[in-house]
Formats: sequence, structure tokens, C-alpha cells
Amino acid sequence: MRNLVTGAAVCAVIATVAAAEVVAPTEVVFEDGAVATSLTGTAGDIENGATLMNKGAGNCIACHQVSALSNLPFHGEVGPTLDGVADRWSEAELRGIVANAKMMFDGTMMPSFYKTEGFIRLGDAYTGNAHEGEVAPLLTAQEVEDVVAYLMTLKEE
Amino acid sequence: MNKLKLLTSAMAFSAAAGLSGGAFADPDEDQLTINGEIEIVTETAAPEHLEYVDTIYSGWRFRSDETQAVQMDDFDNPGMIFVEAAMETWDTVEGTEGKSCASCHNDVETMAGVRAVYPKYVEAAGEVRTLEHQINGCREERMGAEPYKYTSGDMVAMVGLISMVSRGLPVNVQIDGPAQSTWEKGKEIYYTRYGQLELSCANCHEDNYGNMIRADHLSQGQINGFPTYRLKNTKLNSVHARFKGCVRDTMAHTFKPGGPEFTALELYVASRGNGLSVEGPSVRN
Ligand code: HEC
Ligand code: HEC
Repeated sequence: MRNLVTGAAVCAVIATVAAAEVVAPTEVVFEDGAVATSLTGTAGDIENGATLMNKGAGNCIACHQVSALSNLPFHGEVGPTLDGVADRWSEAELRGIVANAKMMFDGTMMPSFYKTEGFIRLGDAYTGNAHEGEVAPLLTAQEVEDVVAYLMTLKEE
Repeated sequence: MNKLKLLTSAMAFSAAAGLSGGAFADPDEDQLTINGEIEIVTETAAPEHLEYVDTIYSGWRFRSDETQAVQMDDFDNPGMIFVEAAMETWDTVEGTEGKSCASCHNDVETMAGVRAVYPKYVEAAGEVRTLEHQINGCREERMGAEPYKYTSGDMVAMVGLISMVSRGLPVNVQIDGPAQSTWEKGKEIYYTRYGQLELSCANCHEDNYGNMIRADHLSQGQINGFPTYRLKNTKLNSVHARFKGCVRDTMAHTFKPGGPEFTALELYVASRGNGLSVEGPSVRN
């Protein structure tokens, strides 16, 4: 009993610290594909999220159609449309999908945006050369939060 | 609840894109005849060894009408400029032995049918070799000439010339016997998810042909049309250069053009197109 109480207290302390600190890609806890807590403790920036949907490391619309971004040319058809995605999924689920979609959809083609291990013949970005040194995830923790914040605006109901 | 959501998303997926396997994929209906006389098979039943695809299509069927038109007449096909240069090279003596290609092979027409069966197991070499390997073999061993760089302009032009005289003939590479272990290796590479994006050839060219990925209309990634003149870089492009580009785009460390991995992959990808016509030099965007 004493142990349990102490344990709970320790947990609470860790939780507070975690909320203030960035969760490393290798430390993310997935539950049924979802990630309950923010990776940074800082609210996502919707506008930056929208930018990431288009270009740079996100480039989500390479594979997904998003009507709210119809000002941008060439939306892909590889994944489902993201229209109304916030009606279909909770924030925690969307965080899990963006961080590592393979946890939610077994074997999916969608890249894992917050992952740094387990790659085969990892390259140095788009040079075709071998990667050396520390691996950065495709999106930073805050960028994941930004994209999730943007996805949460995609409601139809 | 989660199940229901998954179902909804699966439905959204099939509506937006077509489920994997290319069931709703959309190559167009156009037919290809070059110079009004060379009939090109751009669609046919998949070879038996293909497990997930029923029908195979040339990449030509996925291009716009404008791009397609450029390949329909040799006078319009800019790839032919390079082939003409190779025709001259064919008759040009090079190297210490005082020989040209023509010294041993006479007219280039004697090469008809060759493109269609490469890569193939070459007894004398004891391994599977590409057309490029054989060209360099002749240059080094019979002509005493310097080998071409594997993806160089001279090399791809010569491959273009040798392809041209096989246009319309069905691709028919051998996958069993002594070629089998190389073919298996190529197949394994085809289905491996490389790089930080963790994408395999199959992810794009088997599961998603017909779909748009950003501005690109995905084809089956067939190589019957190689070398391809690309409007994008205005030159002839070799098979291994294309492979390299596709692997690089998965944020992976690519393999070396001319090396054993891409040779195996070329044999495997060529075999996925067994039955399509040789159509190189083709035109793509
Ligand atoms: C290379 C293709 C690809 C890219 C790039 C990609 N996705 Fe996906 N995405 C998919 C596929 C395929 C699915 C369907 C899941 C499956 O495999 O069943 C999916 C599913 C999803 C879903 C669930 C949609 C639903 O309605 O159920 C969300 C949300 C999502 N992606 C968001 C994103 C975001 C945000 C990005 C960019 C940061 C992104 N995707 C980049 C291919 C991609
Ligand atoms: C991220 C998506 C993607 C992956 C992964 C990919 N490709 Fe491609 N590939 C493309 C696109 C886009 C094109 C240009 C449009 C087309 O022809 O499909 C292309 C074109 C090709 C072509 C030219 C086809 C023609 O008719 O000219 C070949 C051949 C090819 N790919 C082979 C491969 C092989 C082999 C692999 C694996 C080593 C591979 N690709 C992996 C996206 C991809």
C-alpha cells in the first residue's frame, strides 16, 4: 500500500516534468495507435500546421486531398481525403497517426513522421548518400503538435 | 467505436483513391502505333509470376495526350537525336583492336530481339548481365576501348539504338534456371521499404498505380520503354538512373548503377513487363 502511494506520487512528478519537456521519438507511448499527451506541452500552431501540410517535411497533400487547402495545386490520392478528419478521430488518435501511422494502420504506406529508428538503408535526406550521425525525425515534436492542431480544424459536422 | 472509425476511414479511402491493388486505377484507353506502322502492346495480361496484378500497362498509358503524341512519330521524338549519334558510333572504329561494333555485328538490325531478353544470364560471364554490361564487355574485350560510364550519354544512346531495332517485340526475360536466384534477389529489393519514408517500389507502382502522388500520375513503373527521353531533363535516361532517382526519393541510401542490386532489380522489374512491347526510346515527362 505504501509502495503504491509512493509510486503514484512519483508518477505525478514525472507527468508534470514530461508536460514541460519534449517527449523523444523513442519515448512516445502509443495506446491503440493513439498518443494521449502532447509531445511538447505547448499548444500547436494551426497556421504552421497548415504550412507543413503543403511543403517541407510534412508534404501531407502529396498523398491526401484537403478541400480547405484547395488554393494549393496537386493534392494526391494515395491516402484518404482529410476532410472531416477531426470528426472521425480524436486529438490523441490524430497525434498517434501523425507520429507513427503504422501503430494505427498496420503496414500502411504513410510515413512515420516522429520516428528515428528501424530504417533500412537510411539516406542523408534526398541526396541518395548514406546517412551519418544522429537521426532527426521528419517532423519535430512541436511540428507534430502543429499539424495535429491543424487537423483538429478539419470538421464537417 | 474504434472499429467503426476504421470502417469509415476505409470507406473514405476507397472513395478517394481506390483500394490497394489498383482495382480502380486509371490508365487511359489510348493505343500506341509508332510511325503509323509499329504496333506497341501497352496493355496485356500480367505474367503468371505476378501475384497482385492482373493486367500490366506501359508507362505510356499514364502520360498526358501531349506527351503521348511526341512518341508516336520518330520525327517528333527527341530521343532519336541521341539514337542517330549512336548509329554513327556503331560504325566508328575505336580502341586498340581497330574495330567498330559493325566489324563484328554488321548492321545494327542484327540486334533485333536482343533488348527484349535482357537482363539475362550470360554463360560466359557466369552471371546475369544487363545490356549495358554487354556493351562494355564488347568495348573492353573485343575492341580494346575504354568502357563507357554506366549511365553516361554515350552508353544510354547505344542502348537506345539497340532498343529501337526491337520495338514492337514482346519483352521476354528469363526468370528461371540460372537466372532464378538473381530474379529472387530483385524481387526482394522490389518489396523492401527503404529509407526514412519507408517506401518500396510496390507501395507506389503496384498498390497505387493510377493514383496521383502530388503532381505525378503513378504508373506501374515498367521498363519496357527504356531508355526514356524525359521532357523534364531533355535527355535519354537509363533504367538504373531511374531506379536511383526513385530510391533516393524515399530518403534512402541508393544502390550503385551497374551494381549487383540494381541488376537484379532490373531483371525482376523487366519480368513484370514480360508481354509488353519494347518501345524504347520512349517519351515521358
Ligand atoms: C506516402 C503517402 C502518405 C503521406 C505522405 C501522408 N499520408 Fe496520411 N495516410 C496515408 C494512407 C495510405 C492512409 C490510410 C491508412 C491506411 O493505410 O489504412 C493515411 C491515413 C491518414 C489519416 C487517417 C485518415 C482517415 O480519415 O482515417 C490521417 C489523419 C493522416 N493520414 C494524416 C496525414 C498527415 C497529417 C500527413 C503529413 C504530416 C500525412 N498523412 C502524410 C498516406 C500518406
Ligand atoms: C514515392 C513513390 C515512388 C517509389 C517508392 C518508387 N517510385 Fe518509381 N516512380 C515514381 C513516380 C512519381 C514516377 C513518375 C511517374 C510514373 O511513371 O509512375 C516513377 C517512375 C518510375 C519508372 C519510369 C516508368 C516509365 O514508364 O518511364 C520506373 C521504371 C520506376 N519508377 C521504377 C521504380 C522502382 C524499381 C522503384 C523501387 C526501387 C520505384 N520506382 C520506387 C514514384 C515512386
